[in-house]
Amino acid sequence: MSPQYLWFIPLLPFLGFLVNGTVGRRLPRAAVAGVALLFTGLSAVLVAWLWVTMKAANAPLSMSIASRPWITVPGFHVDFAFAVDHLTLIMLGVITGVGFLIHLYSVGYMAHEEGYWRFFAYLNLFMFFMLVLVLAESFLLLFVGWEGVGLASYLLIGFYFTKDSASNAGKKAFVVNRIGDFGFLLAMFLTIAHFGTLSFSRVFAQITAQPELHGGFLTAIALLLVLGAAGKSAQIPLYVWLPDAMEGPTPVSALIHAATMVTAGIYMVARSHVLFDRSPLALSVVAVIGATTAIFAACIGLVQNDIKRVLAYSTVSQLGYMFMGCGVAAYSAAVFHLMTHAFFKALLFLAAGSVIHSLSGEQDMRVMGGLRKRIPVTFWTMTVAVFAIAGFWPFAGFFSKDEILYQTFASNNPLAKVLWAVGVITAGLTSFYMFRLWFKTFFGAERFDEALLGQAAHAGAHPAGHDENQHPHSHGVHESPWVMLAPLVVLALLSIIGGWVGNPEALGGHNEIQHFLDPVFASTAHAEGALNADHVSHGLERGLAAVSLLVAALGLGFAYLFYYRKPGTLGAKSANSGLYRLVANKFYVDELYYFVIVKPLESGSNFLLENVVEQGVVNGSARALAFITRGGSNLTQRMQSGNIRSYAGWLAAGAAVVLFIMAVTSLHLR
Amino acid sequence: MQLVLFLIFAVLCVAGALNLLFQRHPINSALSLVVVMMSLAVIYWTLGAEFLAAAQVIVYAGAIMVLFVFVVMLLNAGEEERTTGSRAAYIAGIPGVAAILALLTYIFMHERTALGHATLGGSLNHTTSNITEISRVLFTELLLPFEVTSILILVAILGAVVLARKEQ
Amino acid sequence: MVPIAYYLVLAAVLFCIGIGSFLIKRNIITIFMSIELMLNAVNLTFVAFAHQWKLVHGQIFVFFVMVVAAAEAAVGLAIIIAIFRARHTLNVDQINLMKN
Repeated sequence: MSPQYLWFIPLLPFLGFLVNGTVGRRLPRAAVAGVALLFTGLSAVLVAWLWVTMKAANAPLSMSIASRPWITVPGFHVDFAFAVDHLTLIMLGVITGVGFLIHLYSVGYMAHEEGYWRFFAYLNLFMFFMLVLVLAESFLLLFVGWEGVGLASYLLIGFYFTKDSASNAGKKAFVVNRIGDFGFLLAMFLTIAHFGTLSFSRVFAQITAQPELHGGFLTAIALLLVLGAAGKSAQIPLYVWLPDAMEGPTPVSALIHAATMVTAGIYMVARSHVLFDRSPLALSVVAVIGATTAIFAACIGLVQNDIKRVLAYSTVSQLGYMFMGCGVAAYSAAVFHLMTHAFFKALLFLAAGSVIHSLSGEQDMRVMGGLRKRIPVTFWTMTVAVFAIAGFWPFAGFFSKDEILYQTFASNNPLAKVLWAVGVITAGLTSFYMFRLWFKTFFGAERFDEALLGQAAHAGAHPAGHDENQHPHSHGVHESPWVMLAPLVVLALLSIIGGWVGNPEALGGHNEIQHFLDPVFASTAHAEGALNADHVSHGLERGLAAVSLLVAALGLGFAYLFYYRKPGTLGAKSANSGLYRLVANKFYVDELYYFVIVKPLESGSNFLLENVVEQGVVNGSARALAFITRGGSNLTQRMQSGNIRSYAGWLAAGAAVVLFIMAVTSLHLR
Repeated sequence: MQLVLFLIFAVLCVAGALNLLFQRHPINSALSLVVVMMSLAVIYWTLGAEFLAAAQVIVYAGAIMVLFVFVVMLLNAGEEERTTGSRAAYIAGIPGVAAILALLTYIFMHERTALGHATLGGSLNHTTSNITEISRVLFTELLLPFEVTSILILVAILGAVVLARKEQ
Repeated sequence: MVPIAYYLVLAAVLFCIGIGSFLIKRNIITIFMSIELMLNAVNLTFVAFAHQWKLVHGQIFVFFVMVVAAAEAAVGLAIIIAIFRARHTLNVDQINLMKN
């Protein structure tokens, strides 16, 4: 495959966006779906071809293509350039593969929705921007994709724009992301100032060529990039938008807020690893943020009742893991977890969507239960996903999560053991709340009233039904159509076998993915003062793996106890506890932000812009103009006295002036 | 010698004009204006415009001023009263007048040499008389304005008749 | 040999006296007469320049000015008579119906 074809990978979905966006309204639904699937599928085929090309023997380790110059000013130059290396290949595979499956799923899920064409147009737009993001060869082009996926996310979160909660959630996502983008922008400015370029290859070459470069402004750039990544990947303190983003349709949550967009931050940190390796402080910050976010979000996820909220906080928590992996310079482990997480998290969301669809819009787990027999395919695929995320062997999550935990334990970071402990506790909590979800949804007595399905959503008994206004038919609990189940099955398969490419040598595997990513992260291994593990110890690795499995089993055990054998016990005991209320209200973070940031900003800008600018300047200038005109006209009105002699007097004066002007100009006197 | 002639009649002109200004009864002003016009006729003659001098006496002094005097008599205009009037006329007008006078005088005196001298009579054209020349130009080159002017006079007559009619 | 500038200055003086009397006098007829004075001053200017350029067109212009002045005097005085009949005053300050 020649590099020329790289341009088509993002452009094909963009074409799909153009077609569906312009004429999609008038096309029949099948045509809209067909267009979207076709262009996404073609892009996936191109990526597959690219894989083949680059995995062949003697294939180059990277491929790039550049366009005509984009910005050329003295002192700064940047092109539209794409570059593909092994990291990009993994990201491309995840995006196009999982993306295509989710497109297929959406054909069934959104079948009864209004704005079908709009959904697929935005979805294709998202694919375009995400592909630009991972293919970009410069910070600037990456930022274009970064902003673009933020836009697509806003459009898709607020897809049901007639609902206040949905459009507010979209705005919240966009504004919080903007704060991160601000950090990213500052990082780019600093990069230009110090390196004179934004191209990855040139910046990293300059850094590698100066081994003595450490800390200082590199830390500043790295920390600002971390701010950007925290916004996009929903880490503390900018994670607050992700739970609200569940207002969007479930396929959106699966694609954007689980598998792809939120991983952009991780990808960006991994891509800039050369920079981060020179700043141990920044790496430690990343690790601490990751670990804190992981356990914080896991705690909140313990007590959520909406099935999608549990998964949202789970996503934040798993992203914390990936961040932690980057923070201990275990970049390939983080990317490995990114890949497996894409598989099982997308599967979890899609299966949850299938559950919601089968219950005609019900999302509250307290009124689910006993669905195991009713929707078997969904049940089994979701079971695979739950075991995967809990980290049971031999599912995908075990290998990737374990790799991160091992790298954390063995790293040179002074906080290594503490971070590891936090990670292990979080793994236990993850297992617990995922099995809680599993038991509450599929086991036990049926707590829903089949006859009333779909009508509770109408009455607005709880917020955010999946399509309460357009899904009037509630024909009992029914399994989803094959177009929704097929992606579930494929993702379930991937969740089982996806981890085997990372089977470490300690457990008898070859850790292919680490070797695959070695060319990209090779410099990390040789960096001085690096935080990565110095040596490989198989015994230690096996021991830590055993600890992880034990913790996961404990989580399963407690969930079994509290939610299967004696359901309701926890609910009764803790409902009045202050701690429970604190956690159930998400530690009041949103309220804190509101009082500390939003309210002062609002009243300050109200005072400044409304009173000072609007009333004072805008109204004031209009009033002043009117006042001047009135005053002036009052004065000149005196000239209309009706008195001939005064007219004559003014005439004489005017004639004198004209004569003077004529004398000076045309007769050239003086 | 021509200078003396000029000075005498110039002084007469100005004196008449000032008298027009300072007299309170309009009939005195009218008669002063007649003096001005007669002096101007003489000055025209010194500038070689014999026809115009004659026309000035016949038309201006003989017809127009007589018309003025008639109207003064008809309307029984008396002495002027002192009314307050407008201040703008004095405030804006007098400085304007002064400025105009100063400017014009300055311009003319500045270009004194460029303007040349006036020689007494007949200097326009030694062979033809003034009246021949005027009529030649008037009835060939400027025939159109001449005809238009006659229409103008017709219109003026009609206007005057209509305006001055008694209300029926 | 009188410099033509002197004639022009005389005309300027007459003109300005005409404006001055226009501003100062209150009787309509006197104001009208001051207009005639101004016209005469302009006539003098034209004649002087005609003499300077040795062209007769200046004098013809004066001819036309006289004709128009005559027409204007006729119509103007008719208007004055009409105003007098309506307002019974010749004081120009009291003919101010066009106020504001």
